[in-house]
Amino acid sequence: MISDDETPGGHEPVTAVLPGDRTLLLDLQRRMLEIRFFEEEVMRLFMLNLVRGSTHLYQGQEAVAVGACSALREGDTMTCTYRGHGAVLAMGAPLDRTMAEILGKAEGLCGGKGGSMHLTDLSVGALGSFAIVGAHLPFAAGAALSAQHLGTGAVSIAFFGDGTTNIGAFHEALNLAAVWKLPVIFVCENNLYGEYSPLASTTAVEHLTDRAASYAMTAQRVDGNDVLAVRSAVGAAAAHARDGKGPTLLEALTYRQKGHSRTDAGAYRPPGELEEWLARDPITRFERFLTETGTASDVELAELRERAEAVVREATERAVAWPEPGLESRFDDVFA
Amino acid sequence: MTELTYREGVIRALGEELERDDRVLLIGEDVGAAGGVFQATAGLFDRFGPRRVRDTPISEQAIVGCALGASVTGLRPVAEIMFADFAGVCFDQIANQLAKYRYMTGGQASVPVTIRMANGGGVGFAAQHSQAVENWFLNVPGLKICVPGTPADAYGLLKAAIRDDNPVLVFEHKQLYPSRGPVPDEDGVVELGRAEVVRTGSDLTVVATQLMRHRAVEAAEVLAGEGIDVEVVDPRTLVPLDLETIVESVAKTGRLVCVQECPPGGSWGATVVAAVVEEAWESLDLHPRLVSGDETPIPYAGSLEDAWLPSVERIAGELRDVAAE
Repeated sequence: MISDDETPGGHEPVTAVLPGDRTLLLDLQRRMLEIRFFEEEVMRLFMLNLVRGSTHLYQGQEAVAVGACSALREGDTMTCTYRGHGAVLAMGAPLDRTMAEILGKAEGLCGGKGGSMHLTDLSVGALGSFAIVGAHLPFAAGAALSAQHLGTGAVSIAFFGDGTTNIGAFHEALNLAAVWKLPVIFVCENNLYGEYSPLASTTAVEHLTDRAASYAMTAQRVDGNDVLAVRSAVGAAAAHARDGKGPTLLEALTYRQKGHSRTDAGAYRPPGELEEWLARDPITRFERFLTETGTASDVELAELRERAEAVVREATERAVAWPEPGLESRFDDVFA
Repeated sequence: MTELTYREGVIRALGEELERDDRVLLIGEDVGAAGGVFQATAGLFDRFGPRRVRDTPISEQAIVGCALGASVTGLRPVAEIMFADFAGVCFDQIANQLAKYRYMTGGQASVPVTIRMANGGGVGFAAQHSQAVENWFLNVPGLKICVPGTPADAYGLLKAAIRDDNPVLVFEHKQLYPSRGPVPDEDGVVELGRAEVVRTGSDLTVVATQLMRHRAVEAAEVLAGEGIDVEVVDPRTLVPLDLETIVESVAKTGRLVCVQECPPGGSWGATVVAAVVEEAWESLDLHPRLVSGDETPIPYAGSLEDAWLPSVERIAGELRDVAAE
């Protein structure tokens, strides 16, 4: 959908651009920018030793979370992985309280008990970031079971990495979802690496959508650096799910611009690969699209960028200033 | 009161809770039309249909994870893990996901999940289908643990578990399914965290659950004939643990023996001993003692398994020693 010389197929008709869509298109760009600046801030705070443990950044993959979550409606639910800052923000979690959680503050989404790998905001349908690979896929099926049982019409979307397709919970969850025709959208973010290992060295199939055949499940590959392509694919999968036709497996092809975690410089990448993917960066690509289609001017886009940067900076300042949790709070929330 | 088997107590509890709340549903391997491998869901599929009583694939991770996701979004699932030993297959889902979800999200949601599992040995299933699996989860905060030993407790604890807003593991002892006993017709819910003094006595306190509770009572009867007066306490739930009732009993008798069908290391009995030593050291006239299985996997052959599990004779012998010291 986005014209891009890098994309096989070249210029496709831009069916998404209708007069009324300008607000939506700019909103998609705003969200991607906010996530990008947010992750830059997380990295900066990490270097200042304000972020504990490890953190897994999302730069380069923003189009997947933003495109996908923009196709959902109120009441739908989302689960994601420890590389989940982007997805949680894409659902609408507040920037400041999300940052506060990463900083371990009382005002954090989880009161400072979860941290970077466990961002959760039930009020926006972000049911959890899971730090054990694949563990959330059965959970996502369960959320879909509730929707089906209670007849809410909601869909459950789960983001996960390419490495997840090799763990047992993936297969158990996809099979169960298919057998029970649950309204789930499984979105595999194929960023080419499972931690430090390239996909081909750990995975027998080249196309992860091939896995879907085992569960007689609808599947589609999509350009994960094209926010509108992702939005359209997830929209179709959501309609399929709401029609009672069951789950879909989407494979979004994208790239992790940073290493696996903070300590990983990504030395295993072949020369030129990063540069090639930076040229396909989802945010600059979408900027080009917005100007080429006359949706926004260069000046407007520069303003959008500045505003996003400022909003993230202010949210970060608030989060940094908030107090640490009270020590007694550690005894809360073990049981209801 | 109605005389029911332990199995019938389970079925009655499930049926009543399915009846009273549409958000309750059963999921598990063969829990539907087949009625469960131990027949502990028999008849429920016919009464409530496939929407409420759902057969799953042989996928324990999916069963537990699905129950968790469903609980956070409005249902009250009761999942069955056929043999408790299969908790090993879904240990992550129970220990890392189910137990920690509420805590890690800062209490944003409650997690009303019940997991029923067939527990314990003595019926020749060998090392992977006979263990007292409740012990694996003692070191995982966030889980409640029920270990019913009678039909009334199988019924009443299960009802309490399903109504609880937390993850509750209910271990049903597979050798007790056919055992019979009275079950109240009304108000039969058994509050979690309330021990039962099964037999009162003044000379020593025995704490035991499930099959060992019954063997401890038999051993106590043997000793009664010898003039030794044994008190038997069944905690009924290990988390929460009714330490108060145990400590009260020890204050009276001065002697504590825990009888359990598992190896001693990392066991619930060791936990009770540690807690009593800490809380009621002055009450103890003698060091507490554990009567346990051996530090080996559970053997298959009948003679070997009988030797592994504490028998009435062995328990009586140990209690006699403690009383004599």
